[in-house]
Amino acid sequence: MNVLLDHLPEFREGFIGTVLLTLSSGLLAMVLGVIVAGFRVSPVPPLRFLGAAWVTLFRNTPLTLLFLIAWFVVPVIFWPGLSPWTKAILALGFYTSAFVCEAVRSGISTVPLGQAEAARSIGMTFIQTLRLIVLPQATRTVIAPLSSIFIALTKNSAIAGAFSVAELFGVQKLLSDKGFAIVPIFLFVAIAYLIITFTISGLFRLLERRMGVAR
Amino acid sequence: MSSSVLYDAPGPKARVRNIIYTVLGSALVLGLVVFSVYRLNEKGVLEPEVWNIFNNAGVRANIRDGVLSTLKVFALAGVLSLVLGLLLAVARLSDHKWISWVATGFIELFRAVPLLITIYALWVLFLSYKDDLGVIGENASFWALVIGLTVYNACVQAEVLRAGVNAVPRGQVEAAYALGLRKTQVMTMLLLPQAVRSMLPTIISQLVVTLKDTSLGYIVTYAELLFAARTMANNIIVNGENPITAVVIVVAAIYIAMCLLLSSLATWIEKRGRRAKTGITVAHAGGTGGAPEDVPGDVGMPMDGPPDVSK
Repeated sequence: MNVLLDHLPEFREGFIGTVLLTLSSGLLAMVLGVIVAGFRVSPVPPLRFLGAAWVTLFRNTPLTLLFLIAWFVVPVIFWPGLSPWTKAILALGFYTSAFVCEAVRSGISTVPLGQAEAARSIGMTFIQTLRLIVLPQATRTVIAPLSSIFIALTKNSAIAGAFSVAELFGVQKLLSDKGFAIVPIFLFVAIAYLIITFTISGLFRLLERRMGVAR
Repeated sequence: MSSSVLYDAPGPKARVRNIIYTVLGSALVLGLVVFSVYRLNEKGVLEPEVWNIFNNAGVRANIRDGVLSTLKVFALAGVLSLVLGLLLAVARLSDHKWISWVATGFIELFRAVPLLITIYALWVLFLSYKDDLGVIGENASFWALVIGLTVYNACVQAEVLRAGVNAVPRGQVEAAYALGLRKTQVMTMLLLPQAVRSMLPTIISQLVVTLKDTSLGYIVTYAELLFAARTMANNIIVNGENPITAVVIVVAAIYIAMCLLLSSLATWIEKRGRRAKTGITVAHAGGTGGAPEDVPGDVGMPMDGPPDVSK
């Protein structure tokens, strides 16, 4: 118990770091994922191809490698001097967006055909059909997979700690470097992650109940 | 619904618009590529000398060794995780309450904790008891990586298999009991073969995740591909700089090629399984894909209604 109590500030900072990292990269992943999912079902073939390429690429790249790319390739090509925080958000967000995209796409395919047909027959364009009719109905089925994607994102954010972003893995590393016994540290960090992941799954379950429609 | 339901067959106007979008989109992507190449060139990454290092036998040997040690970890962790996963799945489905509780607890704990945290903790643990552990102590980072990957992926594979077992129609089990088969026989002759068959694409997708996660060895300083490449890049100086960017690009290509190969195997098996008339529904290859993390088959399942997960 001592390790936890003596280093409460570090643990708190790490906890907040993980939560913030998850939230911000989750937001990026959501935005990118929905856009790419839109690309994947769009009427323009090259956009479909682009979406498919995006998903294939990011799903088959190890996240550690993406972190290395964010650290050593992105600054060379785009802006040098990004903060580690921004680079971590970029890597996590882009990686997760591929999974969000797949979840949204399969959600889109669960919306009954008649809905889109009706939307088209009253003259809606593709974007209107997607935005006003299909996506709102897809949300319901997308929530469950999204919850597991966000939990995965929380766990993946640990890698950022190895790249000197302040979060829970950083705390574990710091304390074990200082020579404290690893088993209690591991347990406390594990509990911290459990708190976050349980909160996420709880929130999503709540959301699911709110969004669920009696059929 | 197929994507074509979302829009009409394009008329003349829409066709023109599509062509405009095509041109704009392609121009944008092309612009990005040109810009990247331009910037890389400006920073001297595209100088012939930088890329010439890959002609060096030592560099090639380094990369080859990196690939080999990545594959070594992957092979070991992959096989062990399948074995342990099978045991955990059977344990969790066991009729003995305490066995299934222990298995459930184990699975839930290690699935919830980030893999990196587990690997790192194991690494530190192995290092601190180095002398007592013999073989494991000598090669702490390797064994930490293998055992961490095994435990985590076994938990996920166990859940995949359990979902597969639960998807086998009840009637078959009842019929087997009626024929006088025993519990073990029902499990080994009836449930598991069908579970493995129907979940094969998801199992392979999880193996892709295992392969991707071997890159975590970078953090515990195990000389797998990523770490080998990085140390190598730090030791080479071309034109007064370390060729890190070039090395990272090459390594990225190797990783993506390896993972793509494995995931296309999963997709192929899925397609093949759908064609075969065995009456076993085959899960989605993309299922978990790599959301390393979760009850496989959640993502992307609703579409064709393959086996329901654990409900």
